[in-house]
Amino acid sequence: MRKRNQAAWAVVFLAPSAIPLVLFTLLPMVSSIRISLLSWNLISDPRFVGLANYAKLLASPTTLGVFGNTLGYVVGYLPLVYVGGLLLALALNARIPGRGFFRALYFLPVITSWVVVALVWKWLLNPSNGLVNAVLGALGLPQPGWWTDPNWALASVIIASAWKDLGFVMVILLAGLQAIPSDLYEAARIDGASGWRTFWNITLPLLTPSTFFVVVISLINGFQVFDQVYVMTGGGPQGSSQVVVGQIYDLTFRYGRAGEAAALSWLLFAVILVVTVIQMWGQRKWVQHV
Amino acid sequence: MLARSIRLAALAAAGLLALSACAQGSATKPTEPAGSASGPVTITYMNFGANGGHEKDLAAIADAFTAANPDIKVSIETVPYADYFTKLQTSVAAGTAADAFELNYENFVSYSESGALGELTGVDGSVYKESLLTAFASGGKQYGLPESFSDVVLFYNADLFKAAGVATPTADWTWADETAAAQKLTDKSKKTWGDYQPVSFHEFYKSLAQTGGTFLNADGSATAFNSPEGIKAAEWLVNKPGKTMPTAADGAGTPDWDTKQFKNGKLAMWHSGIWMFDALKDVPFNWDIVVEPGDTTKASAMFANAAVVNAKSKNAAAAQKWITYLTSSDEMVKTRLDSSWELPPIADTSKLSSYLTKGKPANRQAVFDALDHTVLPPVITSQQEMQDAITNQLTAAAAGRKTVAKALEDAAAAVDALLK
Repeated sequence: MRKRNQAAWAVVFLAPSAIPLVLFTLLPMVSSIRISLLSWNLISDPRFVGLANYAKLLASPTTLGVFGNTLGYVVGYLPLVYVGGLLLALALNARIPGRGFFRALYFLPVITSWVVVALVWKWLLNPSNGLVNAVLGALGLPQPGWWTDPNWALASVIIASAWKDLGFVMVILLAGLQAIPSDLYEAARIDGASGWRTFWNITLPLLTPSTFFVVVISLINGFQVFDQVYVMTGGGPQGSSQVVVGQIYDLTFRYGRAGEAAALSWLLFAVILVVTVIQMWGQRKWVQHV
Repeated sequence: MLARSIRLAALAAAGLLALSACAQGSATKPTEPAGSASGPVTITYMNFGANGGHEKDLAAIADAFTAANPDIKVSIETVPYADYFTKLQTSVAAGTAADAFELNYENFVSYSESGALGELTGVDGSVYKESLLTAFASGGKQYGLPESFSDVVLFYNADLFKAAGVATPTADWTWADETAAAQKLTDKSKKTWGDYQPVSFHEFYKSLAQTGGTFLNADGSATAFNSPEGIKAAEWLVNKPGKTMPTAADGAGTPDWDTKQFKNGKLAMWHSGIWMFDALKDVPFNWDIVVEPGDTTKASAMFANAAVVNAKSKNAAAAQKWITYLTSSDEMVKTRLDSSWELPPIADTSKLSSYLTKGKPANRQAVFDALDHTVLPPVITSQQEMQDAITNQLTAAAAGRKTVAKALEDAAAAVDALLK
């Protein structure tokens, strides 16, 4: 009797988050399976086409291109944000004055709107009057065309993304650093280990659970990158920075091919799932559990 | 106790159902008309044409309409052009689109083909320019009323011409004259440029017509622009950036950049539309317009917009009454002329004569002269993809990443694939 009553209350308390989840996440997901089997331009009556959308996507070089760009983004972004976040975490783990202030400062971009950050970076990286090229010019270094140049457009997005997400990685790794028992460091010091050796043999291995978390989250977010690309380059010039989610957006809202877009989102889902499963399986080999 | 917990569960379930019913409701159309005979009807109208300065003018037309038809009120939503078609598509898909809305000629075809537009019956066609009226008919049925039209002319900063000792453009100018003047007027050290013409689909099909080429073959089944004329038109556009016109890296291509440059007196010549007149009325230098130079022939881009009724509107009759007023009333003609807005699509051109004396630019006659040789955008079902393909390939050629010949070949292949 009492148990059943508790269950009922659980339903009541879960409802405020469960109802939006069902309405705005689960139902759209299910209906996107249906849409992926349709030929539909959003304004006409949809027509059932079976798996034709998937076949068309798999045969299209554009699909390969957008997955390639997305992979390029992840490969450029992940090392940058991880190494940068780790350096910040190490620096702000030390007892330095104003440590709390700096931690808050570096976390600010994380809670800033992507549109704001992307516009600021678009201005910083403006080829003709941006701050970055002004500094590069003053130092006598080459000034790239950044987001106006197909060879640099994706790099521009990577730099802005890494800058924004540094604070997030820093916070996760800081927590990981503080979870490492201090007696291990004491033992190492007594054994006469150098700072570098302590870092390599104690800090880094014992940080692997946090590293694993950062890598999984960053990969999932990285494969779904969209806002910064949309604002900074719109996928251009000439599709050079077009990513999978950007292509899903364009297919739906510019080109009126909602069926193909839904199919592409399921292809992306499959890729993220495979990558994540591989990581879950691989983590047994490299993640140290204390 | 049990009863209470069942009640709680039922409450939660009812909430869930109510919410999902709301979500469903927005996607289905109620069959009952909302406006009853007892009270006034409010219809909704979504548009892009009033955005950026003419909102009050559209509101004035709507107020005049309601004054003449007290039982119909118009609720206006104005959306910037850049977001308009995304918003419209989504609202049509969701079944929440306005009772009446604005469409441009390029997008009219896909909307009428998709069955999203209500047929208009009992239209008095005699009040409209005939060519514009037929542009918004399909299969013998009228789906839109022409609402406005505009054309593209060559704007020039007369003070810059005077300072450089170059004769100002005339209607007899050709591409060669424009190039020669642009070279003399470009002063990169002062960041002053001789010319500005976007490297884009819209400039390309027009330039193609100016040099005697055609975009599609006669029956519209394949492209025809990968031709000597096509190469010439593409070269006309892509040879400007970096020489007489700023490049993308200089800032070109960002929205409104060219407008600001012209307003700041940094552009000597500017290919733009007559909808810019109102925005330029207070600039502190002398400027005027001429019909765009051609190469072998004259051809000016004409843009036409229509007002249409949503096929699912519950107030279709009231909506048609509104768009009829919006597109043909004397009040509309007066408002459009007084505010130098895009031109009214009416047949009786004598009503337009006051436009010629409404202030800057002096040579407003060029707006009408340009209509003697117009070219409409080529329209296919996959319109946006075609436009993107052309613009992307031309941009690549302009940045030197491709030869013009290769860019046109690739563009033709991409558009031909869309036509299959």
